[in-house]
Amino acid sequence: MSGLYSVSDLEYWDKRIQEKVREFGLDCFPQQFEVCDHNQMLSNMAYSGIPSHYPHWSYGKTYEKQKTLYDYGVAGLPYEMVINSNPTLAYLMRDNSLLLQILTIAHVYGHNDFFKNNFTFRSTRAEYTIDTFKAHGDRVRQYIEDPSIGLESVEKLIDAAHAVSLECRRNLAIRKRTPEEEKDVIIESSAPPPDPFQSIHRRKPTPQLNLSKVPLVPDDDLLLFIRDHNPNLSGWEKDILTIVHEEAQYFIPQIETKIMNEGWATYWHKKILDSLELPEDLHLEFIVRHNQVVRPFSNGINPYHIGLVIWEDIHRRNNTPGYEKLFEIREADRDTSFLRRHLTEELVRELNLFEYETKGDQKIVTNVADKEGWLQVKEALLKNVGMNTVPVIKVEDGDFGHNHTLYLIHYHDGRDLQLEYAEKTLAYLSELWHGEVVLETALDGKRYMLIYNDGGFSTKALR
Amino acid sequence: MWDTIFRPYRSSDAEHSDRSAGDRMRHREKVRQSIRENIADIIAEESIIGRDRDRIIKVPIRGIKEYRFIHGENAGGVGQGEGEVSPGDVIEDNRGTVRGDGKAGNRPGIDYYETDITLDELINIMFEDLELPDLEQKRLREIESERQTKRKGYRQVGIRVRLDKRRTAKERIRRRFARERSSGPESVERFPFHEDDLVYRHVTTDIKRESNAVVLCMMDTSGSMDTMKKYLARSFFFLLCQFVSTKYRNVETVFIAHHTQANEVTEEEFFSKGESGGTLISSAYEHALNIISARYHPSLWNIYAFHCSDGDNYDADNDAALRRAKELCDVCNLFGYGEIKPHGHYAYESSMMTVFRRLVAPNFLTIRIERKEDVFPSFRTFLSKDRNPTGGREE
Repeated sequence: MSGLYSVSDLEYWDKRIQEKVREFGLDCFPQQFEVCDHNQMLSNMAYSGIPSHYPHWSYGKTYEKQKTLYDYGVAGLPYEMVINSNPTLAYLMRDNSLLLQILTIAHVYGHNDFFKNNFTFRSTRAEYTIDTFKAHGDRVRQYIEDPSIGLESVEKLIDAAHAVSLECRRNLAIRKRTPEEEKDVIIESSAPPPDPFQSIHRRKPTPQLNLSKVPLVPDDDLLLFIRDHNPNLSGWEKDILTIVHEEAQYFIPQIETKIMNEGWATYWHKKILDSLELPEDLHLEFIVRHNQVVRPFSNGINPYHIGLVIWEDIHRRNNTPGYEKLFEIREADRDTSFLRRHLTEELVRELNLFEYETKGDQKIVTNVADKEGWLQVKEALLKNVGMNTVPVIKVEDGDFGHNHTLYLIHYHDGRDLQLEYAEKTLAYLSELWHGEVVLETALDGKRYMLIYNDGGFSTKALR
Repeated sequence: MWDTIFRPYRSSDAEHSDRSAGDRMRHREKVRQSIRENIADIIAEESIIGRDRDRIIKVPIRGIKEYRFIHGENAGGVGQGEGEVSPGDVIEDNRGTVRGDGKAGNRPGIDYYETDITLDELINIMFEDLELPDLEQKRLREIESERQTKRKGYRQVGIRVRLDKRRTAKERIRRRFARERSSGPESVERFPFHEDDLVYRHVTTDIKRESNAVVLCMMDTSGSMDTMKKYLARSFFFLLCQFVSTKYRNVETVFIAHHTQANEVTEEEFFSKGESGGTLISSAYEHALNIISARYHPSLWNIYAFHCSDGDNYDADNDAALRRAKELCDVCNLFGYGEIKPHGHYAYESSMMTVFRRLVAPNFLTIRIERKEDVFPSFRTFLSKDRNPTGGREE
């Protein structure tokens, strides 16, 4: 297929697409496209598209898995792969037809605009992305080559760090307070409210504040807390914990805006391609390909489809001409708020969404998009988008019982932890912490402490 | 207008295309390690005896999950329906769609997948696990026995080493004479070899009757034979079959499972059957003798018989078993009895070891396997009794 068009064809179509992009008012970073073959694409997928990513066997596993699925024809490769950076980097697969490349280019400009403007991405420092990842990769490789550290130790540490890397702050637009600021806030809020009748009221005793507790307020960033409060870690270990943490932070905006972002890019590729006045053969292929992209997954969620339907609905309901309203929303929302505000009862019904529960080996439908059930379906969907799929676990105490025990609390929202995974993850945490780790959680409605120490794993019921 | 850059395709730019190679290799090492840790289960579940070495085996990988905190079963989810969906509908039922071996399916959060390895690789890992010395490994791996080849005429096509130079030269001369006769001698200046001149020796393989062997595997399938015991038994049978096939061209295997009754079964059934009830060892021997007299006459077949059991036999059957064992010794090249008692089971001396002490025959041996480390040494002792003079004795 690659023989059917040349880079200059791509440049021609890119120029026409860019005209449309500016006409519609999208606001993008400079864009770079790299043409690759399917092996390179598999590799790019395994490393989330990042060139010179640090090595770890789990990426080899991802590669093998994808390759097996691809070789057996179970799964195709994505048409596009975009990296949130400035300039934005995207890969085009060589074997795709010309129409697919046109569609992908238009789609990529949609993502590009979203990366540049959505508030969640402000924290990712797009202009440094590629350099940061390269520096991280170089440092990890250096540790691996260092004879006093070596592959085994580095790998072991990354295994453990990966296990908890997503236990971190979710809304990066809110600045994290320093311990000093936290202290001020606590003192301030503990002071009694001003009392105009001081002389006739008995003075309330000032509450005893424990300002030496670490952390003062529960800390979301597990890896950073361990890095800063485990005195036995050496420099390279702290560095790797930081690297893994920063990478997780980089991906959180993408996790948090999956439906919005894919819907947005799909919305614009459709708008752009519809306005390009494609020759008939290309237009017919476009209709086929577009419908493949937005077909509903049976019994799952297709973010391209749901996102597109919601964006189109917003535009329909908004009576003002132009796309200002859409731009506002793409800037200020994330999946949770986007769905909460714009997923209406009619849409839940149109999308034929339903909620299910797992009972043993069966998945059973509990609520469907009718008058009584649609709100529950929507609530269930909100629990299953973005970072809401990851249990919230925070550090409560870094020196529990004055015993150098790390005390964590799972903020239970009706969903229990998977116990086998919790046990293994606690083992990793104990390895990172060099000591006992306790996780407070609920199982079947009862409070439990899951404990991991030298003696292995144990549980204790809490009253 | 932005300055969009298109970077054209560069094939196999080493830095870009193969950067996953290291991580892939590391992943494979981990897979292999995981297989090694579960080799007892895998071998106990897989049919490996008498199979093609290139056969692909699906091996479940359990050791390399990436653990994180995840939600458990009561988390629920959201789906998009096709057509009418109503509360109470079952949209997925893993009970029906599990893989053949009845293991976990694709439940959410269960990071369970299979990898393909060849039987050859699996055997390699087993040898490593059993700590076979390299030399022995090599001996056992060379399944090619000495071929009985025989020349049989000549052909126009063949491989270069079988080119018959003398006959080829003769052909050329013959062709040259023919040419000279038709167009006169002076017309030929240079007369090179032509493809039609080439003559190759033709070779066929000949199967001799003595190269037949049969391995009779007998095993107690009463309920007490657990996975570990079956693994030990299977690795022993496997080594035996491999050894026998190094010496004979045509090797057949017969599996006889017995409890109070004996039956001939397939390999899968042999290792998967578990039955309760008592044990009558004589039944297996009798069945073996019947099979031998019906299909494998001792004058045409080399017969190797081995019986694995955990040693519990009805006392009343012991004399009958002994009698049958003697008869088996008379017709077999080698007959062995292996008692499998993994750790913790050796508290009592089994009745069969005492019973077989009364059987004196040069080609009979009893061995005891307690741990997997015992498999190979006992296998060697077993072979040292081989009475077949062509085979070359083991030490």
